[in-house]
Amino acid sequence: MGLKRGHRANPFEWIVERAIFLIATSAILMVFLIFLFVAREALPVFLGQTNSSLVQEVLPVAKMDTLSPAELQKYLGLTPKQFRELDRDAIQALMEVKLEGASELTKDKDAAVNTTQWRYMLLPHQWSDYDHPVFIWQPVSQIHKYNIIPLAIGSLKLTLVALLFSVPIALGAAIYVSQLAGNRARELLKPAIELLAGIPSVVLGFFSLIVLASFFQNLLGYQVRLNSFVAGIALGLAVIPVVFSIAEDALSSVPRSYTQAALALGSSRWQTAWQIVLPAALPGVFAAVVLGFGRAIGETMVVLMASGNASIVSWNIFDSTRSVTATIAAELAETVFGGHHYRILFMLGTLLFAVTFLSNLAANRIIRGLKSKMEGKR
Amino acid sequence: MNSATRPIVKFRSRGFDLPSFVFSGLTGLATFLIIAILLIILGNVIYIGGSSLSWRFVTGGTQSDMFDVNKAGILPMIIGTTARVLLMTLFVMPIGVITALYLTEYAPATSRLTRIIRGAINNLASVPSIVFGLFGLGFFINFLGRNVDGLFNGADTIWGKPALIWASLTLAVMTLPVVVVATEESLRAIPQGLREASLALGATKLQTILQIVLPQALPGILTGAILAISRAAGEVAPILFTGAAYYMAELPHSLSDQFMDLGYHVFILSTQSPDIEKTRPILYATVLVLLLLTIALNIVAILVRARMRKTLRMLQ
Repeated sequence: MGLKRGHRANPFEWIVERAIFLIATSAILMVFLIFLFVAREALPVFLGQTNSSLVQEVLPVAKMDTLSPAELQKYLGLTPKQFRELDRDAIQALMEVKLEGASELTKDKDAAVNTTQWRYMLLPHQWSDYDHPVFIWQPVSQIHKYNIIPLAIGSLKLTLVALLFSVPIALGAAIYVSQLAGNRARELLKPAIELLAGIPSVVLGFFSLIVLASFFQNLLGYQVRLNSFVAGIALGLAVIPVVFSIAEDALSSVPRSYTQAALALGSSRWQTAWQIVLPAALPGVFAAVVLGFGRAIGETMVVLMASGNASIVSWNIFDSTRSVTATIAAELAETVFGGHHYRILFMLGTLLFAVTFLSNLAANRIIRGLKSKMEGKR
Repeated sequence: MNSATRPIVKFRSRGFDLPSFVFSGLTGLATFLIIAILLIILGNVIYIGGSSLSWRFVTGGTQSDMFDVNKAGILPMIIGTTARVLLMTLFVMPIGVITALYLTEYAPATSRLTRIIRGAINNLASVPSIVFGLFGLGFFINFLGRNVDGLFNGADTIWGKPALIWASLTLAVMTLPVVVVATEESLRAIPQGLREASLALGATKLQTILQIVLPQALPGILTGAILAISRAAGEVAPILFTGAAYYMAELPHSLSDQFMDLGYHVFILSTQSPDIEKTRPILYATVLVLLLLTIALNIVAILVRARMRKTLRMLQ
C-alpha cells in the first residue's frame, strides 16, 4: 500500500500513467471511428434518403422568377460558378430543356424507379427490356441498377471455394506440425508456412492471373479463363496461413498430460492426435475456420485480379464472378463524391465490416473459452 | 529383459500400421503442399523476374511510357512505397508500443476495459483491407482533410484529397495490432524478477519501464516494426482511394502530394497492360522487387525473433 501511495504522490508519474492509459484506449477509438465514418457516408442509403430516379419534379418555365437564385441553381444542377456565368436567356433555355427531357423520360417506366430502395437492392425486379424478374448489379449508363444479390453470391461462392481448398490443407499441416513432426522440423516448418502470409495479396493476385489461370485452364479445359475457381484457389492461399496458425495454436495448447496418458494407454501417435487432441481442440479449430472465412470474404486484390469481375448470378464455379470487395475497389474511384453510387459502395463496406466484426467476435469468444478450459485442466 | 518392459517393446515393433501410415502421410502431404506452393511462387518470380531485373530498371523513372519494356523504370514507385511505409512507422510505433506497455505493465489483468481493448486490437486485425481504404477516404480525407481546408485554406483543396499522409495514417491504423502483439510478446517474456529487483532498489515504475523493461524488449519492438513495414509495403487496397496515383510526372514533394506505389504498379501492369506478353518482363521484375521488400523483411523478423527467444530462454 505504501508503495502505491508513493506512486500516486509523484505527480509526473501519475500524469504519464494517465497518458499511457489514454493512448492504449485508442484501439477502441479506432474501431469505433472506422464503423462511424464508413457508416456515415452510407447513412443516406440506410435512411432511404438517396434517390436515383431520373424523373424528378419539374417546374414550369414561368416559375423561374419566383425561385431564389440558390434554389434555381440547385434545380438546374449547376455549380455556383457556372450559375453566375449564365444570363437570363440561357437559364430560361436550360429550364425548357429540362422540361422537355422530363416529358421524354416519363415514357420509360424504368426511369421512374428509385433503384436505391431496399426492395430494388434485394429483390428481383422485372426491367422493361427483360421478360422475367432478375437480379442485376449494373451501376452504369442511364439507369443504375443496384441489386446486391449477385455480389453477395459472388463473395460467398469465392469464399466457399477458398475454404474448401484451404481448410483441409491448413488443418492437415497444423496436425502434422503440432503433433507428428519432431522438434527440429517444427521449428523450421512453422515459420516457413507463416511466411506464406508475408506474400502480399497483390502478388497472389498477380500469380493467379498470370500463372495459375493458364495452368488450370490447360488442366481442366474450361471456357472462361478467369473464374471463381481460380480466384477461390488463390484466395485459399491467403487463407491457409490464418487457419494454420490459429489451429496450430489450439492444437498445441492441449495439455501434454492428455497426449502422454493416451500414449501410455497404448494408442499410436495418430490415434492420439485424431481421437484425443483434435476433439479437445475442436472449438479452436472451428474458430480458425471462422477467422479464415472473415479473411476470405474481406480479401480484395486477389479477387479483383483473378475472378473475372462479371456480376452474374450463378453457382457454377467455372463462371466469372464479382465480389463485394472487388466491386468497391473497382468502382469507387469513378463515382461522383456524395452521389448514390458512392453511398451504396460505402453501404457495401459497412455490411462487410459488420460481417467480419461478427465473425471475429464469435471466433475470439470460442478461443477464450477454449483457453480457460485448457488452462483450468492443466 | 524383464517382464514389465515387454509390452512396450511389443508396442514399438508392431510393424506396418496402415491407418497410422495413411494419417501421417496425408497430414505430411498437406504440409509439403503448402511449402511447395510457397517455393513455386517464390521460384517462379525469382527465376523470371531475376533475368529481367536490371540496375537501369530499378534506378530509372517513367518519364516515358510505363509499359515500355526498354524505357520504364520503377524508382518513383520504390520511393513512394518507402515514403508511405516509413511515415506510417512514425505514427504506429509510439502508439503500438505504449498500448502494449499499458496491457502488460499497467492494465489490471481481469478488468472489463482490458478485455475490451484486447478485443478492439483483435478486431482491427481482422477488418478487411478495403474497409480501411473506405475509412481513410471517409475519415481522413472527407472529414479531417476537408475540415482543415475549410478552416485554413478557404476554397482551395490541399488536404481534402488523396495524399501521402492520409495513406500512411490509414496504414498505421491497419498495422497497429501487428506492433501491439509483437511488443506485448517480448514484454511478457521478460522475467518478472528484473522488474521486482529494479523496484526493490527504489526505482519508480516509470524508471523501471524506461531503463529496464524497454531495453530488454527492444528486439521484440524491432520485430513488430519490421512485420508492420512488411505487411504495409505489400498492401494495395487501403491506399487505392487514399493516396496512390496511376501516374505522376514528379516525385511527391510534400505530405499532401499523391505518390506512385510498387504494389499498385503490379496491379496496373497485370491488368491494364496493352500487351501482357510484351510487358511480362517488367511485370515480373516489379513483383520481384516488391517480394524482396516484403519477404526479406519477414525473414529478418523471424530470425530476430528466434534469436530473441533463445537469449530469453537462457535468461530464465
